[in-house]
Amino acid sequence: MKKEMNCISCPLGCLITIEYEGSTVISIKGNTCKRGEQYAKTEITNPVRSIHSTAKLIGGKHPVVPCKTSLPIPKGMIFDVMKEINSLEIEAPVKIGDIFIENVLGTGANIVATNNDSGV
Amino acid sequence: MINYDLVVVGGGPAGMAAALKAKECGVERIVILERAETLGGILEQCIHTGFGLHYFGEELSGPEYADRFIQQVSASDIDVKINTMVLGISDAKVVTAVSARDGLMKIQAKAVILAMGCRERPRGALTIAGTRAAGVLTAGTAQKYVNIDGYMPGKKVVILGSGDIGLIMARRMTLEGAEVKLVCELMPFSGGLTRNIVQCLNDFNIPLKLSTTVIKTHGRERLEGVTIAKVDDKLQPIPGTEEYIECDTLLLSVGLIPENELTKASMISLDRITNGAVVDEMRQTDHDGIFACGNVLHVHDLVDYVTLEAQTAGEGAAEYIKNPVNTDDMKYIDTVPENGVRYIVPQKIRLGEDKDVKLYFRVGAVFKNKKVVVKADGELISSKKKIKLAPGEMENVVIPADVLKKLDAGSSITVRVED
Repeated sequence: MKKEMNCISCPLGCLITIEYEGSTVISIKGNTCKRGEQYAKTEITNPVRSIHSTAKLIGGKHPVVPCKTSLPIPKGMIFDVMKEINSLEIEAPVKIGDIFIENVLGTGANIVATNNDSGV
Repeated sequence: MINYDLVVVGGGPAGMAAALKAKECGVERIVILERAETLGGILEQCIHTGFGLHYFGEELSGPEYADRFIQQVSASDIDVKINTMVLGISDAKVVTAVSARDGLMKIQAKAVILAMGCRERPRGALTIAGTRAAGVLTAGTAQKYVNIDGYMPGKKVVILGSGDIGLIMARRMTLEGAEVKLVCELMPFSGGLTRNIVQCLNDFNIPLKLSTTVIKTHGRERLEGVTIAKVDDKLQPIPGTEEYIECDTLLLSVGLIPENELTKASMISLDRITNGAVVDEMRQTDHDGIFACGNVLHVHDLVDYVTLEAQTAGEGAAEYIKNPVNTDDMKYIDTVPENGVRYIVPQKIRLGEDKDVKLYFRVGAVFKNKKVVVKADGELISSKKKIKLAPGEMENVVIPADVLKKLDAGSSITVRVED
């Protein structure tokens, strides 16, 4: 398999071509530094992303409160984790860092608040 | 009349950093006037990450970045007036403001810092034919609806403009269940960061169509679709390339304009390119004791640089309050953008400045393997190789103090892109 991707390690955005078989990397071309190689490898073997979203808030100044995954989660689980976040009903007050879900779907990441809401 | 040493107009990242720096420099009575109901400015709705990498060395979301400064302001004796709208600033630095709580206020300031931020270019600034159906809004407005007010403005979305807010909203709407059909970009390149194109579009297989624009909106009450078309190298739609896309929402991410109504009303000189005030290295405008910083001065891509610039303005204002020098008595060195460089901030440097001065600039097009060449009165100061320069990435060069010392009033420092 061959895949093209833009590296995001720095603003250069090198266009990298990676050839691989399953999770075995055969060749990486187009990168101009080591970080590009690492980026391409991770994208093939274990791509991860952080999610930033909002959770429903009861009794807050606002109807929602922003939250995030405390660690990046596997890219393939983005929409599963979104479902968990969207089923939340949090009660105000909320402080930055409050944990809404521990170890969401076994990813090791917590869903934590990223803003304060002292409530009405 | 209320008296303050320093009035800061705007309580976003620029206003807060400026006020805190001025406090640190010994200014006693400071007030921040904020139009919204909370400090933090636009960061409050920017719930995505990527803030603070330069300034704090960690990746924070917008509200987390803002909170670091909100905490410091709360812990200080800086006064904050929220829900307060500034109506005008007189030559004598009397700030007129109004709020439901305090009514009409006249505040006599020794110095004023303008930190009003910027506004999105609205639909009216574009020439798109069609009706005024609901569902056409700026990306930032949609961002507020989703992230603060908690509801979705639409289900099938087309985004015009590939600036960072448009890209971020493509991902955000997708995560919340909308179908983002495509992002159109008039220019042959995206103004957004590569990171955002990869993680907001490619991750969700959202197509980015370059050299493409929306030429018509359809629908009476609610948007039903848009017609897109390819554009030629003069950015004019090419007949025969039209394509109808069904959608109920069109998000516009077509540029930001510094919000300078107050600045203009005070007859402060503006730079035609930045749409912000003309300032010296301390970010003082051509009005004594009136400073400007952050997105009201020029649109930044990173809040970290807004914070740094605001601290400079805070320091400048503190200096001015201690020792008010009339700008008529000051002499300046000009900074001149040339050959590929669109603008430089600051536009001038005080003669006699004894510190290094950092010039921030943007290029007008994408350049690869070029040099950024800095000259003072024709003499080479520095030449630095750049693998890539793009309009979306703000660049900077440092002019060393010993170079500045050798220059005279009316000297000029040029920054240009060369082979």
